[in-house]
Amino acid sequence: MRAGARSLSESRARAGAVLVSPAVVLIVTAALLPLLRTFLLSVSDARLDAPGTSRFIGLQNFALLARDPLFWDAAGHTALFTIASVSLETCLGLALALVLHGRFRGRGWMRAAALIPWAIPTVVSAQLWKFMLNDAYGVVNDLGLRLGLLNEPVAWLAAPGLAMASVVAVDVWKTTPFVALLVLAGLQTVPVELHEAAQVDGAGRWERFRRVTLPLILPTLLVAMLFRTMDAIRVFDVIYVMTLGSVGTESMATYCRRLLVDFQDLGYGSACSVAIFLLVGSVSAVYAVLLARRERAR
Amino acid sequence: MRARRLLGRAARGAGLLAAAAYLVFPLYWMVVSSLKAPSRIFQAPGTATYVPDPPTLESYAQVLRAGDFLLALRNSIVVAGGTLAVALALGSLAAFALGRLRARGSRWILGLVLATSMFPQIAVLGGMFAWLRTLRLYDTHAGLIVSYLTLTLPFTIWVMTSFMKALPRDLEDAAAMDGAGPLRTYWSVMMPLAAPGLVSTGLLAFIAAWNEFLFALTFTTGARTRTVPVAIALFQGATPHEIPWPEILAASVIVTLPLIVLVVIFQRRLVEGLTAGALKG
Repeated sequence: MRAGARSLSESRARAGAVLVSPAVVLIVTAALLPLLRTFLLSVSDARLDAPGTSRFIGLQNFALLARDPLFWDAAGHTALFTIASVSLETCLGLALALVLHGRFRGRGWMRAAALIPWAIPTVVSAQLWKFMLNDAYGVVNDLGLRLGLLNEPVAWLAAPGLAMASVVAVDVWKTTPFVALLVLAGLQTVPVELHEAAQVDGAGRWERFRRVTLPLILPTLLVAMLFRTMDAIRVFDVIYVMTLGSVGTESMATYCRRLLVDFQDLGYGSACSVAIFLLVGSVSAVYAVLLARRERAR
Repeated sequence: MRARRLLGRAARGAGLLAAAAYLVFPLYWMVVSSLKAPSRIFQAPGTATYVPDPPTLESYAQVLRAGDFLLALRNSIVVAGGTLAVALALGSLAAFALGRLRARGSRWILGLVLATSMFPQIAVLGGMFAWLRTLRLYDTHAGLIVSYLTLTLPFTIWVMTSFMKALPRDLEDAAAMDGAGPLRTYWSVMMPLAAPGLVSTGLLAFIAAWNEFLFALTFTTGARTRTVPVAIALFQGATPHEIPWPEILAASVIVTLPLIVLVVIFQRRLVEGLTAGALKG
């Protein structure tokens, strides 16, 4: 019987190896190999318009990148975009989740409404906001004038600071619901008894939020922030569509693609890609350490 | 006391209303503008009308007449549908193997899967470009589907594996007693049980492929293979300086409608899939 059970589990494991292999082969050949290829390209002078002529040039591309003012501009814009959008999305997402957590009529509809900006293609939301922010016929200026918030129409996407703020606002519109839904899932795991006990002890609303709710949902909040941060560092769609990376909004990803596709510089562009890869990797490592530390503290 | 509670409720109501308006108004504006006569879309600030007067489908006729948009729609359906089918088939097989059969090296494979799901797209862009060109998949539907699988398959495997792990053992054992092999158990026992997980992950895979922009922009060269997001981003007016907003708005409504229908029907499943992907990870 024992031997039979063992051979059964062995044959199951063998069958498992067969069934998992198509997925593994696909991931290795279509994701891992291209990533390795990017690394190899980053130490070469390969060009898209001259295939088959590349040479190994060591770390020259990276040395060039370190002295490239356009790259550092893009890194600065990306940092600004990331800090602004992630902090706004976290605060607003938390607020929206707290609102959605209550019981009220039409809660289901409200949740569906929250999912819609998230589900819409980023290209569509970027075009839509570009249309709404236009200085000659945009509805944002119309509302601003009617409500007395603006004295004259503003060209939101033409001035450096405003353009960045607009791009951030669109990202916040699109992804705050995502943060809210994650936080909502975390809120639903907070036991009601804890709140009741705190209430009996005379804790006010704010006190209960700070001492009961917040510590319990902090891991969820951190995970949401991790996802948002990683997405923000590689932001591409919204900037490409709204400004094409002009007026002080060029991000690292739009700059990388410009090098790769517009300048056909496969080697230098790949070095830029590797830089983003390492950045995203180290940011996720920081969050992983934070999360692990919290797990241990508990 | 009572007054305070009333005040609190009023504040909450106002907050809800503001939140709903912020989330929904842009969509309302998109639909309203798409229904205006194309010449009436461009109203100077201070004179905009907030209902279409009278509503007309002229913008829709314009975008559908052009032809390229219908082609893009077809391309998007093929690519997103193909991605969905392959991601679910390979993903559920892999999840069954990892979650139930305990294939050797499961932990390593899951680690690889998780690492892959964190790759920034831009990091594989150059390598993928060269790779697709070598395989002659550049500028084809198949090439786009393969590139989208690198985005959707890791996620599908990850969520489906945790889903499969949570299923009870009894049914699987009963199937084994009846002499069913692994493939039969997978198809007749596990798949029906895993259906809710398949719906959640399938929806997310479809939406990801439907909305993807960077790969589609880089790995296609013309209307023949271009998907909807690229078409909407690159719409050309009669002159280079004129943005054809009527067409863009109508096209935007057309691609957004199926997504809204999916969200309204499947909001529960979507939230489950989203939170499972994020929180079990």
